[in-house]
Amino acid sequence: MRFVSEYRDAAACQQLAQAIERLVTRPWTIMEVCGGQTHAIVKFGLDQLLPPQVTLIHGPGCPVCVTPLEMIEKALQLAARPEVTFCSFGDMLRVPGCSQDLLAVKASGGDVRVVYSPLDAVQLARDEPDREVVFFAVGFETTAPANAMAAVQAHELGLPNFSLLVSHVLVPPAVESLLSAPDCRIEGLLAAGHVCTVMGCHEYEPLAARYHVPIVVTGFEPVDILQGVHACLRQLEEGRAEVENAYARSVRPEGNQPAQELIREVFEVVPRKWRGLGEIPRSGLGLREPYAALDAERRFGLTDTDVPEPEACLSGQVLQGLTRPMDCPAFGRECTPEHPLGATMVSSEGTCAAYYHYRRQRGLQSPRSPAEGSA
Amino acid sequence: MCLAVPGQIVETAEEGLARTARVSFGGLVKQISLAVLPEARVGDYVMVHAGFAISVVDEAEAAEVWGVLEQMAALAEEETP
Ligand code: SF4
Repeated sequence: MRFVSEYRDAAACQQLAQAIERLVTRPWTIMEVCGGQTHAIVKFGLDQLLPPQVTLIHGPGCPVCVTPLEMIEKALQLAARPEVTFCSFGDMLRVPGCSQDLLAVKASGGDVRVVYSPLDAVQLARDEPDREVVFFAVGFETTAPANAMAAVQAHELGLPNFSLLVSHVLVPPAVESLLSAPDCRIEGLLAAGHVCTVMGCHEYEPLAARYHVPIVVTGFEPVDILQGVHACLRQLEEGRAEVENAYARSVRPEGNQPAQELIREVFEVVPRKWRGLGEIPRSGLGLREPYAALDAERRFGLTDTDVPEPEACLSGQVLQGLTRPMDCPAFGRECTPEHPLGATMVSSEGTCAAYYHYRRQRGLQSPRSPAEGSA
Repeated sequence: MCLAVPGQIVETAEEGLARTARVSFGGLVKQISLAVLPEARVGDYVMVHAGFAISVVDEAEAAEVWGVLEQMAALAEEETP
């Protein structure tokens, strides 16, 4: 059975790159939405394998990057409270708020813990009934079923000391916001395979039709990504704009129905502010009424504060595919993964961080063979 | 954060609120929730994200990719005399 290693096969990647070269007759710009794909593209140098007419631009698909600063500030406030055990996925820990990050709060005595699954946070609340356990519920549709299940469990167990700081976002509304922008350069889209594993492909159909862009559901390994690019370019060259599934080993057209039911049971669609992109209608998930008692913002009386982005940081533009990281004057100077100015440098899936790690001396590096980098 | 990792189910169990599985990721075994994947069976490969199996990896579809690649290679050979 072929899962990871063979999907990194250098010969297969070369073959796909050649097939792409034979196919392309003019310049095209394709956006991959997902930060995981951005990371793989830059890490394996896939963009450098492509013919020069094909430009890949990177989208807003990194939940850590798009979590608004206000939410980070709320997380920091909660984590600093003596009665709170604040749980989060590891990559949120280093996102800077106005003055510090969660790691700094931890260093100065805050109880901040990294969990692998939101269910671990529920378990913690059962084990330590004297603590207020708060889980930072961020992520796209992929993470939503797990977070929904945590809410269901806490609700059913009647846990009085568990709550969620919810900053969930939905991909298709953000894609629509990018496609409808007047300066949109996107001619084709690679849709994130694991979001579609949960949600299916249907939400993309009206978008492909309305904006006349092919949308290809794509996986995360080098072969998957190049295959997605190939399928997308074939549609572009033929003048088609359809939704196509190039990640069928994981994605069924209808998605994962029990997961969707779980999400609908716990969450409702709400407007959500995205870092760098502003507020997008119907682009987030919030807790429904039966679960509202689990809302940490309510429980701890947190109020909205307006927190401006650092002026030097162009991550809003980077998230929309309008600016490349190395065109940001701060890139690699004032802004590095050790001292990040913006979230796109903090998160390991962020576009700026991906370029920093793999493409420091841009242009000086020869195209790498996909087999070289193994995770 | 949307990455899911494939692993193989070595054991399943009914546990309290939902079905769970022990899933092996190349030897490293973790307890995983099957709450949204009730059809998963021992021996299946599943994509796992944040402690939840979200899909059974379809072996036939996985093989399909390599079939397409072989066709591409054959086409390329025809084109180049
Ligand atoms: S390099 Fe740093 S400052 Fe520039 S856009 Fe990226 S995160 Fe912002």
